[in-house]
Amino acid sequence: MPDVVVIDYGVGNLYSVQRSLEHCGATVTVTSDHDVILAAPRVVLPGVGAFDSAMNALQQLGLVPVIQALANKGTPLLGICLGMQLLLDESEEFGLTKGLGLIPGRVVPIPAQTIAGDIQKIPHIGWNALEPACATNDWQGTILDHVTPGDAVYFVHSFMAVPSSEESRLANCDYGGHKIAAVIGRANVIGCQFHPEKSGETGLKILKKFCNA
Amino acid sequence: MALAKRIIPCLDVTAGRVVKGVNFLELRDAGDPVEIAKRYDDQGADEVTFLDITASSDERDVILHVIEAVASQVFIPLTVGGGVRKVDDVRRLLNAGADKVSINTTAVTNPEVVRDAAARFGSQAIVVAIDAKQVSLPGEPLRWEVFTHGGRKHTGLDAVEWAKKMQAYGAGEILLTSMDRDGTKIGFNLPLTRAVSDAVDIPVIASGGVGNLQHLVDGVIEGHADAVLAASIFHFGEYTVRQAKEAMRAAGIEVRL
Repeated sequence: MPDVVVIDYGVGNLYSVQRSLEHCGATVTVTSDHDVILAAPRVVLPGVGAFDSAMNALQQLGLVPVIQALANKGTPLLGICLGMQLLLDESEEFGLTKGLGLIPGRVVPIPAQTIAGDIQKIPHIGWNALEPACATNDWQGTILDHVTPGDAVYFVHSFMAVPSSEESRLANCDYGGHKIAAVIGRANVIGCQFHPEKSGETGLKILKKFCNA
Repeated sequence: MALAKRIIPCLDVTAGRVVKGVNFLELRDAGDPVEIAKRYDDQGADEVTFLDITASSDERDVILHVIEAVASQVFIPLTVGGGVRKVDDVRRLLNAGADKVSINTTAVTNPEVVRDAAARFGSQAIVVAIDAKQVSLPGEPLRWEVFTHGGRKHTGLDAVEWAKKMQAYGAGEILLTSMDRDGTKIGFNLPLTRAVSDAVDIPVIASGGVGNLQHLVDGVIEGHADAVLAASIFHFGEYTVRQAKEAMRAAGIEVRL
Protein backbone atom coordinates (compact mmCIF):
# COMPACT_ATOMS: atom_id res chain seq x y z
CA MET A 1 0.00 0.00 0.00
CA PRO A 2 1.32 3.47 -0.80
CA ASP A 3 2.31 5.60 2.16
CA VAL A 4 1.48 9.24 2.44
CA VAL A 5 2.49 11.63 5.16
CA VAL A 6 0.18 14.57 5.79
CA ILE A 7 1.98 17.44 7.51
CA ASP A 8 0.19 18.50 10.66
CA TYR A 9 1.08 22.04 11.67
CA GLY A 10 -2.02 22.86 13.64
CA VAL A 11 -3.82 24.71 10.87
CA GLY A 12 -7.22 23.42 9.91
CA ASN A 13 -8.88 20.10 9.89
CA LEU A 14 -6.98 17.18 8.41
CA TYR A 15 -9.71 14.59 8.88
CA SER A 16 -11.09 14.81 5.34
CA VAL A 17 -7.64 14.89 3.74
CA GLN A 18 -6.68 11.79 5.67
CA ARG A 19 -9.93 9.93 4.98
CA SER A 20 -9.92 10.69 1.27
CA LEU A 21 -6.32 9.45 0.89
CA GLU A 22 -7.25 6.31 2.81
CA HIS A 23 -10.22 5.90 0.49
CA CYS A 24 -7.65 5.88 -2.36
CA GLY A 25 -5.90 2.96 -0.68
CA ALA A 26 -3.08 4.84 1.02
CA THR A 27 -1.73 4.27 4.50
CA VAL A 28 -1.72 7.76 5.94
CA THR A 29 0.40 9.23 8.72
CA VAL A 30 -0.52 12.67 10.05
CA THR A 31 2.47 14.21 11.79
CA SER A 32 4.79 17.15 12.34
CA ASP A 33 7.76 14.89 13.09
CA HIS A 34 10.71 15.96 10.92
CA ASP A 35 12.23 12.50 10.51
CA VAL A 36 8.93 10.87 9.56
CA ILE A 37 8.25 13.60 7.01
CA LEU A 38 11.77 13.42 5.53
CA ALA A 39 11.52 9.62 5.20
CA ALA A 40 8.09 9.68 3.52
CA PRO A 41 7.70 8.47 -0.07
CA ARG A 42 5.19 11.29 -0.67
CA VAL A 43 3.94 14.21 1.36
CA VAL A 44 0.79 16.33 1.44
CA LEU A 45 0.91 19.90 2.72
CA PRO A 46 -2.69 20.84 3.56
CA GLY A 47 -3.90 24.17 4.88
CA VAL A 48 -6.79 26.52 5.34
CA GLY A 49 -6.90 30.00 6.80
CA ALA A 50 -4.42 32.83 6.58
CA PHE A 51 -1.03 32.68 4.83
CA ASP A 52 0.95 34.45 7.55
CA SER A 53 -0.34 32.35 10.44
CA ALA A 54 0.34 29.18 8.44
CA MET A 55 3.92 30.27 7.72
CA ASN A 56 4.36 31.19 11.39
CA ALA A 57 3.14 27.76 12.42
CA LEU A 58 5.52 26.04 9.97
CA GLN A 59 8.39 28.17 11.24
CA GLN A 60 7.63 27.48 14.89
CA LEU A 61 7.64 23.76 14.22
CA GLY A 62 10.89 24.03 12.28
CA LEU A 63 9.14 22.65 9.19
CA VAL A 64 10.24 25.23 6.61
CA PRO A 65 13.69 23.68 5.97
CA VAL A 66 12.15 20.21 6.17
CA ILE A 67 9.68 20.93 3.36
CA GLN A 68 12.39 22.64 1.32
CA ALA A 69 14.56 19.55 1.75
CA LEU A 70 11.72 17.33 0.49
CA ALA A 71 11.43 19.45 -2.62
CA ASN A 72 15.19 19.27 -3.23
CA LYS A 73 15.45 15.53 -2.83
CA GLY A 74 12.62 14.83 -5.25
CA THR A 75 9.90 13.60 -2.87
CA PRO A 76 6.48 14.08 -4.47
CA LEU A 77 4.93 16.98 -2.54
CA LEU A 78 1.31 18.05 -2.93
CA GLY A 79 0.13 21.36 -1.50
CA ILE A 80 -3.62 21.73 -1.14
CA CYS A 81 -5.44 25.09 -1.10
CA LEU A 82 -3.46 27.31 1.28
CA GLY A 83 -0.83 24.54 1.23
CA MET A 84 -0.44 25.25 -2.49
CA GLN A 85 -0.13 28.98 -1.95
CA LEU A 86 2.61 28.42 0.64
CA LEU A 87 4.73 26.83 -2.11
CA LEU A 88 5.25 30.21 -3.75
CA ASP A 89 7.77 32.94 -2.91
CA GLU A 90 5.45 35.34 -1.14
CA SER A 91 1.86 36.39 -0.49
CA GLU A 92 0.14 39.78 -0.39
CA GLU A 93 -2.36 38.53 2.23
CA PHE A 94 -2.04 40.81 5.32
CA GLY A 95 0.99 42.70 4.01
CA LEU A 96 3.77 40.79 2.31
CA THR A 97 4.67 37.40 3.82
CA LYS A 98 7.46 35.16 2.63
CA GLY A 99 6.46 31.66 1.52
CA LEU A 100 8.39 28.43 1.00
CA GLY A 101 9.84 29.58 -2.31
CA LEU A 102 9.52 26.22 -4.07
CA ILE A 103 7.61 27.57 -7.07
CA PRO A 104 8.58 31.08 -8.20
CA GLY A 105 5.67 33.47 -8.00
CA ARG A 106 3.37 35.43 -5.77
CA VAL A 107 -0.03 35.01 -4.10
CA VAL A 108 -2.38 37.94 -4.76
CA PRO A 109 -6.07 38.71 -4.06
CA ILE A 110 -8.63 37.39 -6.54
CA PRO A 111 -9.75 40.45 -8.56
CA ALA A 112 -12.89 41.95 -7.02
CA GLN A 113 -14.25 42.65 -10.48
CA THR A 114 -14.89 40.47 -13.49
CA ILE A 115 -13.05 41.18 -16.74
CA ALA A 116 -16.23 42.97 -17.83
CA GLY A 117 -16.02 45.26 -14.79
CA ASP A 118 -18.86 43.78 -12.72
CA ILE A 119 -18.38 43.16 -9.02
CA GLN A 120 -17.81 39.49 -8.31
CA LYS A 121 -18.21 37.59 -5.08
CA ILE A 122 -15.15 36.80 -3.00
CA PRO A 123 -14.33 34.16 -1.78
CA HIS A 124 -14.49 32.07 -4.93
CA ILE A 125 -16.57 29.27 -3.45
CA GLY A 126 -17.91 26.30 -5.33
CA TRP A 127 -17.38 23.96 -8.24
CA ASN A 128 -15.44 25.20 -11.22
CA ALA A 129 -14.05 23.45 -14.28
CA LEU A 130 -10.41 22.55 -14.81
CA GLU A 131 -9.01 23.80 -18.10
CA PRO A 132 -5.57 23.14 -19.57
CA ALA A 133 -3.35 26.14 -18.91
CA CYS A 134 -2.26 26.36 -22.55
CA ALA A 135 -3.16 24.82 -25.86
CA THR A 136 -0.14 22.56 -25.96
CA ASN A 137 -0.64 21.44 -22.39
CA ASP A 138 -0.85 17.75 -21.82
CA TRP A 139 -2.09 16.32 -18.55
CA GLN A 140 -0.85 12.86 -19.35
CA GLY A 141 1.56 11.60 -16.72
CA THR A 142 0.66 14.42 -14.32
CA ILE A 143 -1.73 14.18 -11.38
CA LEU A 144 -4.47 15.23 -13.81
CA ASP A 145 -3.76 12.12 -15.89
CA HIS A 146 -7.29 10.71 -15.55
CA VAL A 147 -9.09 14.05 -15.45
CA THR A 148 -10.95 15.37 -18.49
CA PRO A 149 -10.80 19.10 -19.25
CA GLY A 150 -14.09 20.54 -18.04
CA ASP A 151 -14.32 18.30 -15.00
CA ALA A 152 -15.30 20.41 -12.01
CA VAL A 153 -13.60 20.55 -8.63
CA TYR A 154 -14.38 22.37 -5.40
CA PHE A 155 -12.70 25.71 -4.68
CA VAL A 156 -12.82 27.91 -1.58
CA HIS A 157 -10.34 30.78 -1.59
CA SER A 158 -9.92 34.54 -1.67
CA PHE A 159 -6.31 34.68 -2.86
CA MET A 160 -4.74 33.11 -5.91
CA ALA A 161 -1.33 31.97 -6.99
CA VAL A 162 0.39 33.74 -9.86
CA PRO A 163 3.47 31.71 -10.82
CA SER A 164 6.26 33.74 -12.43
CA SER A 165 6.53 31.24 -15.24
CA GLU A 166 3.51 30.21 -17.26
CA GLU A 167 5.15 26.80 -17.50
CA SER A 168 4.38 26.24 -13.83
CA ARG A 169 0.65 26.27 -14.62
CA LEU A 170 -0.92 22.92 -15.35
CA ALA A 171 -4.58 23.89 -15.12
CA ASN A 172 -6.63 27.02 -14.67
CA CYS A 173 -10.23 27.77 -13.91
CA ASP A 174 -12.23 30.74 -15.12
CA TYR A 175 -13.65 33.14 -12.57
CA GLY A 176 -15.24 36.23 -14.01
CA GLY A 177 -13.02 35.93 -17.05
CA HIS A 178 -9.84 35.74 -14.95
CA LYS A 179 -7.67 32.68 -15.31
CA ILE A 180 -7.08 31.42 -11.80
CA ALA A 181 -4.25 28.91 -11.32
CA ALA A 182 -5.93 25.66 -10.28
CA VAL A 183 -2.98 23.27 -10.48
CA ILE A 184 0.63 24.39 -10.51
CA GLY A 185 3.80 22.36 -10.50
CA ARG A 186 7.54 22.39 -10.77
CA ALA A 187 9.29 19.03 -10.94
CA ASN A 188 8.16 16.99 -7.91
CA VAL A 189 6.32 19.91 -6.27
CA ILE A 190 2.63 20.19 -7.11
CA GLY A 191 -0.13 22.42 -5.82
CA CYS A 192 -3.92 22.27 -6.11
CA GLN A 193 -5.83 25.44 -5.32
CA PHE A 194 -9.05 23.42 -5.01
CA HIS A 195 -9.77 20.72 -2.46
CA PRO A 196 -9.33 17.31 -4.12
CA GLU A 197 -10.55 15.72 -0.87
CA LYS A 198 -13.86 17.54 -1.35
CA SER A 199 -14.19 17.26 -5.11
CA GLY A 200 -16.05 13.98 -5.36
CA GLU A 201 -14.90 11.44 -7.95
CA THR A 202 -12.66 13.87 -9.83
CA GLY A 203 -10.85 14.76 -6.63
CA LEU A 204 -10.38 11.14 -5.69
CA LYS A 205 -8.88 10.42 -9.14
CA ILE A 206 -6.31 13.16 -8.55
CA LEU A 207 -5.42 11.88 -5.09
CA LYS A 208 -5.19 8.32 -6.34
CA LYS A 209 -2.77 9.41 -9.04
CA PHE A 210 -0.69 11.23 -6.44
CA CYS A 211 -0.68 8.17 -4.17
CA ASN A 212 0.77 6.13 -7.00
CA ALA A 213 3.36 8.73 -7.95
CA MET B 1 -17.71 26.64 -17.63
CA ALA B 2 -17.57 29.34 -15.03
CA LEU B 3 -18.34 28.93 -11.36
CA ALA B 4 -21.33 26.62 -11.04
CA LYS B 5 -24.42 27.45 -9.02
CA ARG B 6 -24.72 24.90 -6.27
CA ILE B 7 -27.51 22.60 -5.18
CA ILE B 8 -27.32 21.73 -1.52
CA PRO B 9 -29.62 19.13 0.00
CA CYS B 10 -30.21 19.87 3.67
CA LEU B 11 -30.64 17.22 6.31
CA ASP B 12 -32.28 18.08 9.62
CA VAL B 13 -30.77 15.68 12.13
CA THR B 14 -31.95 14.78 15.60
CA ALA B 15 -30.65 11.93 17.75
CA GLY B 16 -28.66 10.66 14.77
CA ARG B 17 -31.61 10.45 12.35
CA VAL B 18 -32.69 12.68 9.49
CA VAL B 19 -36.14 14.22 9.98
CA LYS B 20 -38.24 16.73 8.11
CA GLY B 21 -40.98 18.92 9.48
CA VAL B 22 -43.38 21.54 8.23
CA ASN B 23 -42.87 24.99 9.74
CA PHE B 24 -40.58 23.43 12.35
CA LEU B 25 -43.39 21.12 13.54
CA GLU B 26 -44.64 17.62 12.73
CA LEU B 27 -41.27 15.90 12.38
CA ARG B 28 -41.21 12.86 10.10
CA ASP B 29 -38.40 10.31 10.02
CA ALA B 30 -36.56 10.50 6.70
CA GLY B 31 -33.69 8.08 7.29
CA ASP B 32 -30.03 7.44 8.06
CA PRO B 33 -27.73 10.47 7.55
CA VAL B 34 -24.80 8.54 6.04
CA GLU B 35 -27.02 6.68 3.60
CA ILE B 36 -28.84 9.83 2.53
CA ALA B 37 -25.67 11.92 2.21
CA LYS B 38 -24.11 9.19 0.08
CA ARG B 39 -27.16 9.00 -2.14
CA TYR B 40 -27.03 12.77 -2.68
CA ASP B 41 -23.31 12.62 -3.46
CA ASP B 42 -24.03 9.93 -6.07
CA GLN B 43 -26.76 12.10 -7.55
CA GLY B 44 -24.32 14.99 -7.93
CA ALA B 45 -25.09 17.17 -4.92
CA ASP B 46 -22.53 19.95 -4.68
CA GLU B 47 -22.51 19.97 -0.88
CA VAL B 48 -24.59 18.61 1.96
CA THR B 49 -25.77 20.64 4.93
CA PHE B 50 -26.72 19.13 8.27
CA LEU B 51 -28.81 21.06 10.73
CA ASP B 52 -28.67 19.60 14.20
CA ILE B 53 -32.13 20.21 15.61
CA THR B 54 -31.51 18.17 18.73
CA ALA B 55 -33.31 19.93 21.54
CA SER B 56 -31.54 18.53 24.57
CA SER B 57 -27.96 19.58 25.17
CA ASP B 58 -26.82 16.19 26.52
CA GLU B 59 -27.46 14.68 23.07
CA ARG B 60 -25.40 17.33 21.30
CA ASP B 61 -22.39 15.12 20.73
CA VAL B 62 -24.41 12.69 18.61
CA ILE B 63 -23.97 15.06 15.68
CA LEU B 64 -20.17 14.75 15.95
CA HIS B 65 -20.43 11.02 15.35
CA VAL B 66 -22.83 11.59 12.47
CA ILE B 67 -20.38 14.01 10.83
CA GLU B 68 -17.44 11.65 11.35
CA ALA B 69 -19.37 8.80 9.78
CA VAL B 70 -20.47 10.90 6.80
CA ALA B 71 -17.04 12.50 6.27
CA SER B 72 -15.42 9.06 6.03
CA GLN B 73 -17.57 8.12 3.09
CA VAL B 74 -18.69 11.28 1.36
CA PHE B 75 -16.04 13.47 -0.25
CA ILE B 76 -17.92 16.66 -0.97
CA PRO B 77 -18.18 19.70 1.31
CA LEU B 78 -20.19 19.26 4.49
CA THR B 79 -21.75 22.10 6.45
CA VAL B 80 -23.09 21.67 9.95
CA GLY B 81 -25.25 24.02 11.95
CA GLY B 82 -27.49 24.02 14.97
CA GLY B 83 -26.63 24.67 18.58
CA VAL B 84 -23.27 26.31 17.89
CA ARG B 85 -22.62 28.58 20.88
CA LYS B 86 -18.87 28.85 21.32
CA VAL B 87 -15.76 28.96 19.18
CA ASP B 88 -14.93 25.59 20.67
CA ASP B 89 -18.17 24.13 19.26
CA VAL B 90 -16.95 25.24 15.82
CA ARG B 91 -13.59 23.61 16.41
CA ARG B 92 -15.16 20.30 17.45
CA LEU B 93 -17.42 20.19 14.38
CA LEU B 94 -14.53 21.02 12.03
CA ASN B 95 -12.39 18.34 13.66
CA ALA B 96 -15.18 15.82 13.20
CA GLY B 97 -14.98 16.43 9.45
CA ALA B 98 -17.24 19.42 8.76
CA ASP B 99 -15.87 21.91 6.24
CA LYS B 100 -18.10 24.76 7.32
CA VAL B 101 -20.02 25.52 10.44
CA SER B 102 -23.21 27.51 10.34
CA ILE B 103 -23.94 29.91 13.20
CA ASN B 104 -27.45 31.21 13.71
CA THR B 105 -28.82 32.27 17.11
CA THR B 106 -25.36 32.78 18.63
CA ALA B 107 -24.46 35.19 15.82
CA VAL B 108 -27.22 37.43 17.17
CA THR B 109 -26.67 36.93 20.90
CA ASN B 110 -22.88 36.98 20.71
CA PRO B 111 -21.58 38.14 17.30
CA GLU B 112 -18.00 38.03 18.58
CA VAL B 113 -18.21 34.26 18.18
CA VAL B 114 -18.51 34.80 14.42
CA ARG B 115 -15.56 37.18 14.42
CA ASP B 116 -13.40 34.92 16.58
CA ALA B 117 -14.28 31.75 14.69
CA ALA B 118 -13.59 33.42 11.32
CA ALA B 119 -10.26 34.74 12.58
CA ARG B 120 -9.28 31.34 13.91
CA PHE B 121 -10.56 28.97 11.23
CA GLY B 122 -10.88 31.31 8.25
CA SER B 123 -13.98 32.88 6.73
CA GLN B 124 -14.39 29.93 4.38
CA ALA B 125 -15.35 27.79 7.37
CA ILE B 126 -17.96 30.15 8.79
CA VAL B 127 -21.51 30.39 7.47
CA VAL B 128 -23.95 32.72 9.17
CA ALA B 129 -27.51 31.42 8.99
CA ILE B 130 -30.20 34.06 8.93
CA ASP B 131 -33.83 33.19 9.54
CA ALA B 132 -35.85 36.09 8.19
CA LYS B 133 -39.52 36.94 8.21
CA GLN B 134 -41.31 39.65 6.31
CA VAL B 135 -42.45 42.35 8.74
CA SER B 136 -43.62 45.08 6.37
CA LEU B 137 -47.35 45.50 6.00
CA PRO B 138 -49.08 45.40 2.62
CA GLY B 139 -48.40 48.64 0.78
CA GLU B 140 -45.24 49.40 2.78
CA PRO B 141 -41.74 49.00 1.29
CA LEU B 142 -40.62 45.40 1.81
CA ARG B 143 -38.76 44.78 5.04
CA TRP B 144 -37.56 41.58 6.70
CA GLU B 145 -36.36 40.98 10.22
CA VAL B 146 -34.13 38.35 11.77
CA PHE B 147 -35.67 35.69 14.00
CA THR B 148 -33.77 33.29 16.23
CA HIS B 149 -34.41 30.16 18.28
CA GLY B 150 -35.86 28.27 15.36
CA GLY B 151 -38.03 31.19 14.32
CA ARG B 152 -39.66 31.82 17.67
CA LYS B 153 -37.76 34.88 18.80
CA HIS B 154 -38.03 38.26 17.17
CA THR B 155 -34.78 40.26 17.25
CA GLY B 156 -35.83 43.53 15.60
CA LEU B 157 -32.74 43.34 13.36
CA ASP B 158 -33.16 44.19 9.70
CA ALA B 159 -32.20 41.08 7.71
CA VAL B 160 -30.35 42.93 4.93
CA GLU B 161 -28.35 45.08 7.35
CA TRP B 162 -27.63 42.04 9.47
CA ALA B 163 -26.22 40.13 6.49
CA LYS B 164 -23.89 43.05 5.72
CA LYS B 165 -22.77 43.20 9.33
CA MET B 166 -22.06 39.47 9.41
CA GLN B 167 -19.97 39.79 6.27
CA ALA B 168 -17.96 42.49 8.06
CA TYR B 169 -17.55 40.14 11.03
CA GLY B 170 -15.96 37.55 8.77
CA ALA B 171 -18.79 35.29 7.61
CA GLY B 172 -17.79 33.49 4.41
CA GLU B 173 -21.34 32.74 3.31
CA ILE B 174 -24.91 33.58 4.26
CA LEU B 175 -27.50 30.81 4.56
CA LEU B 176 -30.71 32.73 4.18
CA THR B 177 -33.95 31.04 5.21
CA SER B 178 -37.32 32.62 4.72
CA MET B 179 -39.29 31.62 7.80
CA ASP B 180 -42.55 32.47 6.05
CA ARG B 181 -41.78 29.95 3.37
CA ASP B 182 -39.98 27.14 5.17
CA GLY B 183 -41.83 23.87 4.62
CA THR B 184 -44.59 25.49 2.56
CA LYS B 185 -43.38 24.34 -0.88
CA ILE B 186 -44.51 27.56 -2.53
CA GLY B 187 -41.02 28.72 -3.48
CA PHE B 188 -38.28 30.94 -2.06
CA ASN B 189 -39.06 34.44 -0.87
CA LEU B 190 -37.43 35.96 -3.96
CA PRO B 191 -37.48 39.67 -2.99
CA LEU B 192 -35.77 38.78 0.31
CA THR B 193 -33.21 36.57 -1.40
CA ARG B 194 -32.42 39.21 -4.00
CA ALA B 195 -32.20 42.02 -1.43
CA VAL B 196 -29.67 40.12 0.68
CA SER B 197 -27.71 38.68 -2.24
CA ASP B 198 -27.31 42.08 -3.86
CA ALA B 199 -26.28 43.70 -0.57
CA VAL B 200 -23.34 41.43 0.24
CA ASP B 201 -20.21 40.35 -1.63
CA ILE B 202 -20.13 36.85 -0.14
CA PRO B 203 -22.17 33.96 -1.55
CA VAL B 204 -25.79 33.62 -0.46
CA ILE B 205 -27.51 30.25 -0.15
CA ALA B 206 -31.28 30.52 -0.55
CA SER B 207 -33.43 28.32 1.64
CA GLY B 208 -37.01 27.82 2.66
CA GLY B 209 -40.02 26.96 0.56
CA VAL B 210 -38.78 24.82 -2.33
CA GLY B 211 -41.58 22.67 -3.72
CA ASN B 212 -40.53 22.09 -7.30
CA LEU B 213 -37.57 22.49 -9.63
CA GLN B 214 -38.71 25.82 -11.05
CA HIS B 215 -38.36 27.23 -7.54
CA LEU B 216 -34.66 26.36 -7.59
CA VAL B 217 -34.28 28.06 -10.98
CA ASP B 218 -36.12 31.13 -9.66
CA GLY B 219 -33.87 31.30 -6.61
CA VAL B 220 -30.84 31.74 -8.85
CA ILE B 221 -32.29 33.81 -11.68
CA GLU B 222 -34.76 35.98 -9.77
CA GLY B 223 -33.26 35.74 -6.29
CA HIS B 224 -29.62 36.10 -7.43
CA ALA B 225 -28.66 33.27 -5.08
CA ASP B 226 -25.28 31.57 -5.50
CA ALA B 227 -26.59 28.29 -4.17
CA VAL B 228 -29.98 26.79 -3.42
CA LEU B 229 -30.80 24.57 -0.50
CA ALA B 230 -33.71 22.18 -0.27
CA ALA B 231 -34.73 19.29 1.90
CA SER B 232 -38.07 17.62 1.44
CA ILE B 233 -38.20 17.55 -2.36
CA PHE B 234 -35.10 15.38 -2.24
CA HIS B 235 -35.73 13.32 0.90
CA PHE B 236 -39.05 11.92 -0.13
CA GLY B 237 -37.83 11.09 -3.61
CA GLU B 238 -39.97 13.62 -5.45
CA TYR B 239 -36.92 14.74 -7.41
CA THR B 240 -33.30 13.70 -7.63
CA VAL B 241 -30.49 16.23 -7.38
CA ARG B 242 -29.61 15.32 -10.95
CA GLN B 243 -33.09 16.24 -12.17
CA ALA B 244 -32.77 19.52 -10.33
CA LYS B 245 -29.47 20.23 -12.06
CA GLU B 246 -30.87 19.34 -15.45
CA ALA B 247 -33.74 21.75 -14.87
CA MET B 248 -31.28 24.48 -13.90
CA ARG B 249 -29.09 23.81 -16.91
CA ALA B 250 -32.13 23.90 -19.18
CA ALA B 251 -32.86 27.34 -17.75
CA GLY B 252 -29.38 28.49 -18.75
CA ILE B 253 -27.79 28.23 -15.31
CA GLU B 254 -24.22 26.94 -15.05
CA VAL B 255 -24.21 23.71 -13.02
CA ARG B 256 -21.86 20.80 -12.42
CA LEU B 257 -23.36 17.78 -14.13
